[in-house]
Amino acid sequence: MIEIEGLAFKYPNGVLALDDVNLKIGEGEFLALMGENGAGKTTLIKHFNGLLKPTAGVVRVDGLDTRHLSVASLSRKVGLVFQNPDHQFFCETVREEISFGLLNFGYPRHMIEKRVNQVLRMLDLERYSESSPFALSGGEKKRVALASVLAWNPKYLVLDEPTIGQDALQKERLRNFIIQLITQGKCVVVVSHDVEFVAECKPRVVVLSKGRIIADGPAHKILSSEEVVGRGSLIMPQIAELMKLLKKHGFPAEVIDVYTACMEIQKRMSRGP
Amino acid sequence: MGGLAVRVDGLSFTYAGSPFPALREVSLKIERGEFIIITGPSGCGKSTLCRCLNGLIPHFYPGKMEGNVEVFGMNTRFYTPKHLARFVGLVFQNPENQLFSLSVEGDVAFGPENLGFPREETVKRVEEALSLMGLKEVRDRAPYELSGGQQQRAAIASILAMRPEMVVLDEPTSFLDPRSSLDIIEAISFLNRRLGITVVLVEHRLDIASRFADKIYILDEGRIVDEGPPHQVYGRRETLLLGVGVPRISLLFQLLRERGIPVKEIPLTVKEGAEKLEAFLVDRN
Amino acid sequence: MSMSMFEGFKFTRLNTPMHRMDPRAKFLMVIVFFTAAVIFSNIIVLLSALAVQIPLTFLGKAAHRWASSIRSASILASLIFLMNFITGSPLTFSIAMAVRFLVLVSSFSLFFMTTSPDDLGLALERLGIPYTICFTFTMAVRLVPTMAVDAQRVIDAQKSRGLELEKGNILKRVRNYIPILIPLIVNAVRRSVEMAEALESRGFTSTKRREPMKVLTLNRIDYLAIVFSLASMILLIYIRLYVSIPTFDIPYRIKLF
Repeated sequence: MIEIEGLAFKYPNGVLALDDVNLKIGEGEFLALMGENGAGKTTLIKHFNGLLKPTAGVVRVDGLDTRHLSVASLSRKVGLVFQNPDHQFFCETVREEISFGLLNFGYPRHMIEKRVNQVLRMLDLERYSESSPFALSGGEKKRVALASVLAWNPKYLVLDEPTIGQDALQKERLRNFIIQLITQGKCVVVVSHDVEFVAECKPRVVVLSKGRIIADGPAHKILSSEEVVGRGSLIMPQIAELMKLLKKHGFPAEVIDVYTACMEIQKRMSRGP
Repeated sequence: MGGLAVRVDGLSFTYAGSPFPALREVSLKIERGEFIIITGPSGCGKSTLCRCLNGLIPHFYPGKMEGNVEVFGMNTRFYTPKHLARFVGLVFQNPENQLFSLSVEGDVAFGPENLGFPREETVKRVEEALSLMGLKEVRDRAPYELSGGQQQRAAIASILAMRPEMVVLDEPTSFLDPRSSLDIIEAISFLNRRLGITVVLVEHRLDIASRFADKIYILDEGRIVDEGPPHQVYGRRETLLLGVGVPRISLLFQLLRERGIPVKEIPLTVKEGAEKLEAFLVDRN
Repeated sequence: MSMSMFEGFKFTRLNTPMHRMDPRAKFLMVIVFFTAAVIFSNIIVLLSALAVQIPLTFLGKAAHRWASSIRSASILASLIFLMNFITGSPLTFSIAMAVRFLVLVSSFSLFFMTTSPDDLGLALERLGIPYTICFTFTMAVRLVPTMAVDAQRVIDAQKSRGLELEKGNILKRVRNYIPILIPLIVNAVRRSVEMAEALESRGFTSTKRREPMKVLTLNRIDYLAIVFSLASMILLIYIRLYVSIPTFDIPYRIKLF
């Protein structure tokens, strides 16, 4: 479990980025962290693997206080995949890139090869194993960045804005992949301001605004709440907005995805006069 | 005012050193004052097409170009970006890399200064552009002090100061959150409707932008595979299969249509969709 | 190795008398301090040159950062002191050499903290330097904080993959910087391509004659500063050549070589 109690964080320039944050993330949970740019999402996830240490309050990963642990040791458990793969690529081949983490964590050579091949297959990157990571397209780069973290199989996986620049098919693929990871027991935290993507994934949603948590609950409740969406400077998923406008026809307010909405509409249409 | 803003004839382009063409036999016509969206799966050539519209291709990016691109009657083979800057403004994805000055005002003045206008003229245009994009209060601030949305507005303002007749935007909302994205697209639509500026918008986020577009072009692997008014294009199954991020409301109605509900026109906004559904439900009762 | 040394050269937009001064007048002041530092080895003069800058830093509301940049520069200054002292120079002389370095760093620091790179570029343009060179200069200054942010992002990403920058012998530590440098360089190149595209699209260098919207004007304070600086220059040179000034000397030296 990742436990966050009374977390506050102040940057050296005096800006209070997080204020009294309390959050518990269990093993195998699927969580989406949302909020406008500057709300503190990235600052918060940097506390999960110790990149940032609390100014006040405490962050515990599996019972251990992050203040007493190095980033390297925490990263074994908490894998952070940052937004921009270009901020981490430096190897000549994709294979080497994926091996980097494993080498740092001291895996023996034969294990490294095994893990790399496994993860290449998992993310459909086998044909790029000897390519230069710099020569890949945006979507492929994101998969390589993800692969390089999954390689050491961290218990908690944190993805920072994984849908930026991705087209609909890539997002669909990502969604399915995340769900696969969840069924395998991994905990996945996604930082995203893509409401439609989150609406389709239906995770637990935590909304941050100005450094504080303003909402925490299942996606269908949170994303259909005008109050939360307003305070969090989000926009409501289109389906949720539609349901709101059609409330008087008896549509359930908390439907946020297309397929459920389709079914509900069909039901009412076939009721007849 | 008539005349074409853009005329592309059989355009194919292969970047120097690349084995595959980025664009294959693309042909299209854009009328003055139109609001066009270009979209498609990743790698389809949308960004390349943008760069063909202001001369960056072929002058900044060498490669093999076939066919022609005419912008306001000027063939881009013979007019460089420096010439075309007066007519076509290009706004890029990352606001940070398009702002060069340490004040918003300075950035907005950058274009006219480069074009060699006398000071009084530059001042006039800067005031105009700042006012159009609602940036008067932050004119003295540095780009890094602004939010992503404000930065993009500053980038657009700096283009506006050159008074272009067409603005091309390459995924301008990529780095912005939904509210700021909505804000930017509305600003762009305002430029189109009130000032008659032709807009070519390359976007993935069709849920926000579709309602403003006259026409949408879908590219796939360098070719145009579909074109038409958005509600028509979104009504076709193939569009979804291509990986185009059809707005959820449009998708909903496509699904309803497939399940036998007599949907005539696919809505682009939630409001439209709600009205149509109300009509259906009232009909039923 | 912290970023705090860079803080002492970073421009922050404030409205102080120092900020409002014309860059040319300010640079003349820097030249005066530079001259004082270079032509004198007298420790009293050098310490005074440093002390005189302190009220100016308060005037520019940059005292805090100035102090931290002096602190960071002191490391190098101590090195200068040691090099002089160990090779046999007298104690006060060695200290004076260190202080000379600090005076130089300090005056440039003060200048850059209170002068916007844009204004600096304008001043250079007025002096007749070709626009593209001025622009290159202002861009370089403007990109420093951007690259610092990039560097932090790269470090964060690599640390999250288990890279430990503090461990290992000297050879390993140097090797550990490769995963930091390569992404930084690649990003810098990528950024410059994007910026070049944007520049082309804004008609960069389409005319030889640019009329910048902002005009640098010299006002009363600037003229006063210029007159004062020129007078000080002449005075300093005169004193150095013809006047003997009291000095504080500890002739203690160590005899190693």
